[in-house]
Amino acid sequence: MRHPNGILPKLLIALAMGYLAFLILLPVAAIFQGAFAKGVGAFFDALLEPQVLAAFQLSITLAIIAVIVNAVFGTLVAWVLVRHDFFGKGFFNALVDLPFVVSPVITGYMVLLLFGRQGWFAPLVEATDMKIAFAVPGMLLVTIFVSLPFTIREVMPILREIGVEPEQAAHTLGANSWRTFLRVTLPGIRWGLLYGITLTLARALGEFGGVLVAGGGISGKTETATLFIYAALEERQSIAAYAVAVVLAVVSFVVLIGMEILRQRTEITQ
Amino acid sequence: MDTAVTTPLAAPTQARQVSRSWGQWSLRAVALLYLCVMLLLPLAAVLSDGLSGGLGGLWTDISRPAAWFALRLSLWTAAVMTVINTVMGVLTAYVLVRYNFPGRSLFNALIDIPFAIPTLVTGLMLVVLYGPQTALGGFLKTQFGWEIIFAPTGIILALLFVSFPFVVRTVQPVLMEIDLDQEDAAATMGASGWMTFRRVLLPALAPAVATGALLSFARALGEFGSIVIVAGNFPVRSQTAAVYVLSQIESDSQHSASAMSVVLLAIAFSLVFIVDLIQRRQEHGEAGR
Repeated sequence: MRHPNGILPKLLIALAMGYLAFLILLPVAAIFQGAFAKGVGAFFDALLEPQVLAAFQLSITLAIIAVIVNAVFGTLVAWVLVRHDFFGKGFFNALVDLPFVVSPVITGYMVLLLFGRQGWFAPLVEATDMKIAFAVPGMLLVTIFVSLPFTIREVMPILREIGVEPEQAAHTLGANSWRTFLRVTLPGIRWGLLYGITLTLARALGEFGGVLVAGGGISGKTETATLFIYAALEERQSIAAYAVAVVLAVVSFVVLIGMEILRQRTEITQ
Repeated sequence: MDTAVTTPLAAPTQARQVSRSWGQWSLRAVALLYLCVMLLLPLAAVLSDGLSGGLGGLWTDISRPAAWFALRLSLWTAAVMTVINTVMGVLTAYVLVRYNFPGRSLFNALIDIPFAIPTLVTGLMLVVLYGPQTALGGFLKTQFGWEIIFAPTGIILALLFVSFPFVVRTVQPVLMEIDLDQEDAAATMGASGWMTFRRVLLPALAPAVATGALLSFARALGEFGSIVIVAGNFPVRSQTAAVYVLSQIESDSQHSASAMSVVLLAIAFSLVFIVDLIQRRQEHGEAGR
């Protein structure tokens, strides 16, 4: 790395920073300005509406369950994909990236095709009287789906780098598989896992298209924070929409700072 | 991956080996079952519904004016975004890796903002900034007749925002590995800055740039949250493919929704397949060197 001597380097830096300011910082500033346009009081009044609190509660619940499921199964999948050799491994490895390229709307639609009135599992749904489509369980499936790759993709390279030797050494010393995992594998992957969990959390909290289709956005029942924004915009309650958006944006910033700290940690430990 | 270690104390080790491999088998089964249930099953549901009328039925659904318009709008706005994003992404990565300037690490951290912010919030931000009732949006409309919201420009801006980190973050690590010496050597031999960039940097960066560009294009095709806010849901005017799928679901036209889903999935898979090919060739080349 060097100091930017001369006109061209300075021009390039200015261009790059100007682009970021125009593309990202300007819109961020605009929404903050919009949310506080009618004063701080109006901002907080909007946030304390029961409908808004219920929406945040649902968003957080869905995100936490998605984080737990994806942390547990994600670690397991990553471990199997790195440590095992089997037929079709390349296929499963590629399959993990599916949620990155599938539109969230299509994800929500998949839930309807499986659990809707004419869905594949419609008889099962009717027999057990379990509501999945247009209900919270369907939204949970969507949230887990869209945030599935993150932990797997963060943990896999670390597992590969650690290698099998530490685990084998623990085995030779008489530790059983579970103990080996808790004492050797888990401490090794912990920062990568945490990084993956942070990404999972951010993605799950921000999910919109999928939960809109799968849940229907019924106020007070299947309305998450993002769905509340969508509904509030249509009802022209702009302050409420902006306020909730600002809270989501602030949470994202906090997550971002956490990510930055975690990244530095992972770089140090590796 | 059990290693076949033969020890004199065969009996107890062997027993553990057996019980361990049982455990391993069930772990593998659980992991693969999870992937099948969560990913493969939903995928199969969409594909089978979309292809139930054969390719002819798919074509009938896709060639309807509203569907065809939506698909074309998605493709061309994503293409414009990809070109701009690739140029600016490479420039940003280059500046971040090569130069030391005040505020560099903050700049670096800010690039990830689009990964963290919900895309719906992104759309809302753009409406607040450029909407017809706002100062800036009103000014652009009256002075230049330039509409951003509910128009393709807004869609491209939203796509640029959500996919900005893709190219930067794929090019950055590759750029870090290229020695400054190579650039310097080219420069001392009399190559101009542009020549150095074209002959030394670009060939080395090309696979990473292509990967980042293709992934951001794939991501943009499926984008929904920001676009539905910025462009609204007006058929044959500002309705993109993903928003079209939503409108078909809402009006209970399952066939059209499935058909468009299958087309979008097919494009996304092809792009991912190409990215995979590029990466494999890259690894191959490195191993052979």
